[in-house]
Amino acid sequence: MSVPQRAGAAKTKQAISQSHSSKEAAAAKLLKAAVKKQDEDDGTEVGDGADEWMQRKTLIKPPDQVDLTEAELKEEFTRILTTNNPHAPQNIVRYSFKERSYKRIGGIDQLAIHFMLAGNLLHKDSDEARQQRARQGLPDEKAAVESIVAETEEEKPDSPQVEIEEVTEVGGSEDRPESVEHQAKRRDQKLKNQFKFTERPSQTLNNPLRQKGCQTELPPRSNFSATANQWVIYDAYMEELQKQNKERQKASLKKEEEKSKKKTILVETESDNITRVRQVAKIVERMVVQNTFDEIAQDFKYFEDSSDEFREQEGTLLPLWKFQHDKVKGLAVTSLCWNQRYKDLFAVGLGSYDFTKQGYGMVLFYSLKNPTFPEYSYITLSGVMCLDIHAKLSHLVAVGFYNGCIAVYNLKEKSTQPMYRSTAKSGMHTDPVWQVKWQKDDLDSNHNLFSVSSDGRVVSWTLVKNELVFTEIIKLSMGDGLTQGLEELQFLNPACGTSFDFHKQIDYLFLVGTEEGKIFKCSKAYSSQFLETYDGHHMSVHAVRWNYFHPKVFLSCSADWTVKIWDHTVRTPMFTFDMNSAVGDVAWSPYSSTVFAAVTTDGKVHVFDLSINKYEALCQQPVVPKKAKLTHIDFNLVYPIIIVGDDRGCVTTLKLSPNLRKKPKEKKGQEPPKTPEMEVAKMEKLLSLQREPDNSSLG
Amino acid sequence: MQSDLIAEVEETLKRIQSQKGVQGIIIINAEGIPIKSTLDNSSTVQYAGLLHQLVMKTRSTVRDLDPQNDLTFLRVRSKKNEIMIAPDKDYFLIVIQNPSD
Repeated sequence: MSVPQRAGAAKTKQAISQSHSSKEAAAAKLLKAAVKKQDEDDGTEVGDGADEWMQRKTLIKPPDQVDLTEAELKEEFTRILTTNNPHAPQNIVRYSFKERSYKRIGGIDQLAIHFMLAGNLLHKDSDEARQQRARQGLPDEKAAVESIVAETEEEKPDSPQVEIEEVTEVGGSEDRPESVEHQAKRRDQKLKNQFKFTERPSQTLNNPLRQKGCQTELPPRSNFSATANQWVIYDAYMEELQKQNKERQKASLKKEEEKSKKKTILVETESDNITRVRQVAKIVERMVVQNTFDEIAQDFKYFEDSSDEFREQEGTLLPLWKFQHDKVKGLAVTSLCWNQRYKDLFAVGLGSYDFTKQGYGMVLFYSLKNPTFPEYSYITLSGVMCLDIHAKLSHLVAVGFYNGCIAVYNLKEKSTQPMYRSTAKSGMHTDPVWQVKWQKDDLDSNHNLFSVSSDGRVVSWTLVKNELVFTEIIKLSMGDGLTQGLEELQFLNPACGTSFDFHKQIDYLFLVGTEEGKIFKCSKAYSSQFLETYDGHHMSVHAVRWNYFHPKVFLSCSADWTVKIWDHTVRTPMFTFDMNSAVGDVAWSPYSSTVFAAVTTDGKVHVFDLSINKYEALCQQPVVPKKAKLTHIDFNLVYPIIIVGDDRGCVTTLKLSPNLRKKPKEKKGQEPPKTPEMEVAKMEKLLSLQREPDNSSLG
Repeated sequence: MQSDLIAEVEETLKRIQSQKGVQGIIIINAEGIPIKSTLDNSSTVQYAGLLHQLVMKTRSTVRDLDPQNDLTFLRVRSKKNEIMIAPDKDYFLIVIQNPSD
């Protein structure tokens, strides 16, 4: 017992002697523990030191420890150490503004900080440390080094510097007062004279600061918004193109006009008044009118008289629009002409047939789209007797007047005056002009027109620059043209030409109908002789018309109540029809070689189809109130309608029923023949039938 | 020349107005402001505002389908009447008609 006690006591003594008093408590504890252990033990005095040592190694089992078997105890458990922090999140997501979506962050910080304490230790060589030392002075370790330095320069301040630096500099510092070391020292501290130093700072005047700014006027701003559609871009390009074209034209013009130096300022009046609405107003007017006349428009387009299936040899005419104008009261329709180019436009010439009631005249252009108001209208001094629209240049209209004058109007110009006018000097007719017709342009590509008048002359007019130049083609006379030497005598009996027509295919061939009833076949080449004379009618011939298809056939109608069909190689008519009243006008249909229509003064329209009925009209229909006389008729080239004019200034449109528009049936198995040839063949058949009885009668 | 044109336009508008069943005519400029009208002010403003948008949309549609094409006119037929609009480059002409009158 005493040995361990001694051992323990020896240890404690040692401890006390060596360490501080704070270790006494620990030693005392140890002592107490040793004593305790000894009490518990049964006093085994063998190996006291070992006892103590063993005591410390005894396992202390907690009461609820799991009892494991030997095998289980020896089981090895593998523990892997990784650097993955199990508490670190595995799927951090952040919003990315660039991609405007949530994105997973790639690398996730696995660092787990368990403990952090901000310290306040500085490295002794850092700037801050040096400054601190400079303020406090060097510690005692460096006193020996410093003393050497201090001896040589007493007035120099204590300078805590890097030890290495001082040691190296010590050797040479005595001789060199201006060493780097001392300069470095100076930098850190202000050199102060220790005996007489006073700080006397002074401050200079600070210039007063003043802010000077200026604000400019805001540039004018305006809000602009637009949509860039495909068509907006297209429009912009088109405008550019037009501008470029204009500039090119101006450039070329400038070269020409350099001499004249005329300044023509193009003023595009963008006035705010309503004139810009002109075009649009027209369209709207037509729309409104279409609504008003809706039924008629539907009829025009779609109505087909179904009763025609039951009546084989009859047809009807359906009245459509009526064209009337206030200003034309008292005037009669003297001529009608469809426009070749615009199929719904037609011209009406108005004047008076009455010798005593001669006054002004009018030329009106109507479109089927607007029956309430004419598209173009011109008032003329003298009554209009005839007019013709140029086949190709449909803006040129030739008009013949009652006073023998001829005028050409240009529809494109806005003036109410004609472009050209013939005067007494330039070969005006001395009697009313009954018919005018445009011809093909002559060799100089000047426009050319023909006219026939009661003064017995057929004259050709050429539009040369600004004038009408006339050339007389033929003088009509009553004689047969056999006596060649008596030309002057012959002309004493001038025939009054009332109508003429040019052959559709043979250019120089034309027919002239006269007031006496004779029809002359003439050629442009021969000015004195006729090729043929036909004793056609007893009274004045109102119209002669060549057939559109058959080259030999023509029609003539007259005031002697008859309509006659001729073959120009035969002097007698092929067919004669009696109408019971004076026939005002007759016209072939453009779609069939055997269909023609005639109008009479009793207000009836007669339509014939020779292939169906050779003797009677398919349709005889009064279309105007009884007192009105029909004066003219014309077929539309495209639509199945006809226009008829009466002596009250009213133009009526009528639709032809299907029976009147029949085309011959195709025989089964045969190819459908081409239309013109078919028509020609049709007519030829008829004519041959006619001729045979003639031949037989002659023979 | 100008006065002639003005007279012509005025006459055309008068004729339209005198047609059967026409209730009113409105002319509006490119921005939708009515210039001339035969209806009362409130109706005019209403028609102008609404139809202007409709025509712009229609025109845009037509031109989008084919930039070389352009709108000629627009008819809106309803139970009571029919509205006809004809647009020009800078003006619209609107006519309201009751065709069955």
